[in-house]
Amino acid sequence: MDTAYLIETVIKVVVLLLVFSALAGIGTYFERKILAFMQRRLGPMNVGPFGLLQVGADGIKLFTKEDIIPTHVVAPIFKIAPVITAATAFMAAAAIPFLPQFTIFGYTVHPIIADINVGILYVLGVMAVGLFGPMLGGMASANKFSLLSAARAAAVFISYEVVSGLAVLAPIMMVGSLSLVDFNEYQAGGIGSWIVWSQPVAFVLFWIAAFAETGRTPFHLIANDHEIIDGFGTEYSGMRWGLFFIGEYANMFFISFVIPLIFLGGFGDGSVLGAFALLGKMAFFFFFFLWTRAAWPDVRPDQLMWLCWKVLMPLAVINVVITGLVMMF
Amino acid sequence: MEAFNNRNVADNGYFMVDIEDYPTDGWGKFKRVVKRTFRGELFVGLWVVMREMLRFDIHTIQYPQEKMPIGPRYRAVHEMKRLWESDAERCIGCGLCEKICISDCIRMDTKIDENSRKEVSSYTINLGRCIFCGYCAEVCPELAITHGGEYENGSEQREHFIMYEDMLTPIDKMKAGAQLEFEGFGSITPHEDARVKKTPLAY
Repeated sequence: MDTAYLIETVIKVVVLLLVFSALAGIGTYFERKILAFMQRRLGPMNVGPFGLLQVGADGIKLFTKEDIIPTHVVAPIFKIAPVITAATAFMAAAAIPFLPQFTIFGYTVHPIIADINVGILYVLGVMAVGLFGPMLGGMASANKFSLLSAARAAAVFISYEVVSGLAVLAPIMMVGSLSLVDFNEYQAGGIGSWIVWSQPVAFVLFWIAAFAETGRTPFHLIANDHEIIDGFGTEYSGMRWGLFFIGEYANMFFISFVIPLIFLGGFGDGSVLGAFALLGKMAFFFFFFLWTRAAWPDVRPDQLMWLCWKVLMPLAVINVVITGLVMMF
Repeated sequence: MEAFNNRNVADNGYFMVDIEDYPTDGWGKFKRVVKRTFRGELFVGLWVVMREMLRFDIHTIQYPQEKMPIGPRYRAVHEMKRLWESDAERCIGCGLCEKICISDCIRMDTKIDENSRKEVSSYTINLGRCIFCGYCAEVCPELAITHGGEYENGSEQREHFIMYEDMLTPIDKMKAGAQLEFEGFGSITPHEDARVKKTPLAY
């Protein structure tokens, strides 16, 4: 491992952390604005032009708020839980190629921190570890609503993980690799070669599982504000709660990168146009997270488990079997 | 307004919602799931919110900059009116408002002035206790105490008194003819002259 590689990796890590921490903040601004417009409101308007500096105001509030550790909580676990959510969200980004490789000052940059050969497995696995944050935080909080939320986190965890794993198995069988860069190259031939045309069922299933993964609205049952207060976040205050928040939004951005990379051609042939196309696809999937939040109701935990185990998982298994048969003959 | 006044629900376009019976057996439940899955109701919801976003028909009132118009019968902070003819105070010090006030927030004192006329020497309303029920304005025989439209009366303490001088129409405003007549309960309705009938002395 030479020094140049080390420096490059460190720079990439820092850039990724900064960019996506900032994006998580701006993501909350977009969420408020879009939800407001869909509900015929204006959203934040007073801090800065069109409320753009609301993110900064929220940041100041979160950073300066008192960090309360309640009396009866299991303090070490209570303290580490938000870190798990935020850290795993950013760790998962290590194997995602955000842009095609480009050359700057005669030095070729690969905008992926580690092109490991088990890319998808790593991304999905580390993202799944992120659910330990709500689960441990909820169990350690000494609060009944948090405990309910932790139980729901466990239920969601075992439900969607099967679906997302089995759904993504069929594209993996077709590509024959787990690296997201290989996925991209497999679909580099333009729109016609996108995996979504040959694997529409897997695409829809993975998309649904992504909602459960990030805990967004149809499956927003872990931190259901209107039902169990804020679930695992009830006892948290200040930046510890903010870490949960950053983790959730970073997860949304990363999963919005992963879905187009697997199914919708990623950055295509690696041109500038392809790079913008990937960003556009990412923006659509992020927007869709907000869109559904304005439009759709939440499901109950038992409905989510019913959906995942009795509907989506059989569909995913059938999809894998059919894919295998088609590939064999 | 006519639409709100029409209380006849029978021919107002009301209809019973067509709700199917819940399925009891497994096959029925399965059919319901398939029907709900492929009927595309989720996309109707998506379309509705997207349509509202594109139409951009925002209903927000940005309160400190924009304010809603309020009706003439709105019951906000009280006002004391003057007589149009003489610019004198309408209040005759009868004390009915103090008597009827159900939250006991009006205190008044009266004396006989040099013209042998009853005069209000002190008059306060504790807005911290006032529930703005409107009884004082309703009971006032002279339409002297009325409710105004000023609702921005935040205070730093619970006891927030308003004095007689603060409620009274300023004399310069009165001279300019800018006193707003109360249009709420008990006030003279428009076209009252036309509705007056002759006293039946002819019988």
